Amino acid sequence: MREVVVIGVGMTKFGRFPEKTILDLGREAIVDAMKDAGIDIRDVQVMYSGSQYQPNMTGQYLLKQVGMTMIPVVNVVNACATGSTAVREAYFAVASGAYDIAMAVGAEQMGKMGLLGVGESRAEVSPEGIVGTSLMPGIFAELGVRHMGQYGTRPEHFAKVAVKNHKYSVHNPRSQYRQAYSLEEVMNVRMVCWPNTLYMCCPTGDGSAAVILCSAEKAKKYTRKPIKIIASIMTTPTYTPESLGFVEIATMTRKAADEAYEKAGLGPKDLNLIELHDCFATAELLHYENLHLCEWGEGGRMIDEGRTELGGDIPVNMSGGLLSKGHPIGATGVAQICELTWQLRGETPNQERQVPNAKVGLGHVQGGFEVCTIHIVGR
Amino acid sequence: MSTVKPVSRKQVPIVPYLILTASGNEKAYFQGCQCQKCGEVYLGTRAICIKCYTADKLEEIKLSSRGEVFTFTVIHQSVPWVKVPYVAGVVRLPEGPVVRASFTGIEADPEAIKVGASVEMVTEVVRQDAEGNDLVAYKFRPVAK
Repeated sequence: MREVVVIGVGMTKFGRFPEKTILDLGREAIVDAMKDAGIDIRDVQVMYSGSQYQPNMTGQYLLKQVGMTMIPVVNVVNACATGSTAVREAYFAVASGAYDIAMAVGAEQMGKMGLLGVGESRAEVSPEGIVGTSLMPGIFAELGVRHMGQYGTRPEHFAKVAVKNHKYSVHNPRSQYRQAYSLEEVMNVRMVCWPNTLYMCCPTGDGSAAVILCSAEKAKKYTRKPIKIIASIMTTPTYTPESLGFVEIATMTRKAADEAYEKAGLGPKDLNLIELHDCFATAELLHYENLHLCEWGEGGRMIDEGRTELGGDIPVNMSGGLLSKGHPIGATGVAQICELTWQLRGETPNQERQVPNAKVGLGHVQGGFEVCTIHIVGR
Repeated sequence: MSTVKPVSRKQVPIVPYLILTASGNEKAYFQGCQCQKCGEVYLGTRAICIKCYTADKLEEIKLSSRGEVFTFTVIHQSVPWVKVPYVAGVVRLPEGPVVRASFTGIEADPEAIKVGASVEMVTEVVRQDAEGNDLVAYKFRPVAK
């Protein structure tokens, strides 16, 4: 398999843009990524387009926005891992030798979708609320509560994650929210699902991100700062009674992390920064442990000691994370690669959140409770 | 004088693994199945054992109605037909499986319940379905010490 590098990235601001269609959003990111790479659509040989809630064929309609070049277009759906799956497919398209230049784009226009689309028409049959919860906010809260029960973690530990991520979002011009909050503010704003308050839950929103991948040997023509994709891993859950009757994401995240570190030939201590899937503040703390940043049960101590701040051992979510930056489902995984690329190039907008001399970064996405993707990039 | 007999409605469980019994003596229970090859127990029914990968060796069994709190949360924002706040969570049954549930008989407060607490299953009529049958759900409540 050949080496693959990122030669261009583009990303819209994330937020609420009711006046923009999915095609507007996707086109904007694609045009920016091609401009960044110094190419036009005629150089792209294959396209992977990720959207969770859009109609089928969105990828082909997006291509029509910029040029009908007859290239293969694949529409990708993998819950919150939609975008990172598109990146992975683009990576393999080039790594395999089949194509020299591939594009991955993720775009989402979520309208006023709350609670991930459970509609009133299901009231007749849905056991939601009657038989516990099957929705994300409740389940990620339950995962945090289990951690509290097992390890003595406290709500403040999870709240500190939100304080951290919102603090860095202030310096991210593309972030949906750019407001810092104190620990008291985070803990006292309205509760959504205990212990996650409003500021501890990612918002729904609209946005798009795109990356252009190229074989390493041809990349010199396009960039003087090639950022290599050195591992692209995906896992699904193992069988346990919990993964069947509830959810269990630690095992598959651990497996993805182990495979990624092995493929990249490095360990967690070699990472300069991480963008991980903080859909809820409780999730981030658990992923510190799942990604081998600390031992089981030590996530609370890690945030207490500031080890994941800028200047700490391993900066996590300098973009503001999903909590502040937002989570337009299809775009998120691609946006992580954009962020990591800017950081490794030393070109992070804005520089206040730049990790100095960043050489190796990890992007982690959790799709529902059924898929985990990890990318390691480096220069 | 005439007495009006109550209309006797059919009872329908809200999930397929909750078995409602016709007899007043026998309580509702959780249906499970057990692999005759490796012994793994599952909630509900299935065709293939995903522990030992054997097909067609799963036999129906009745599961316990008491368990331990595996986890919980207090939900303050939910779908339109659910009254909030309420306590949602997951219960571990002694045979191995875990089951999603709402909790009853406690305040909607994180202090009112603990991971590891003993709980028992009770049933309640939630509403009527489109055909006028009683829709029956299960909940868990703390076991009286």
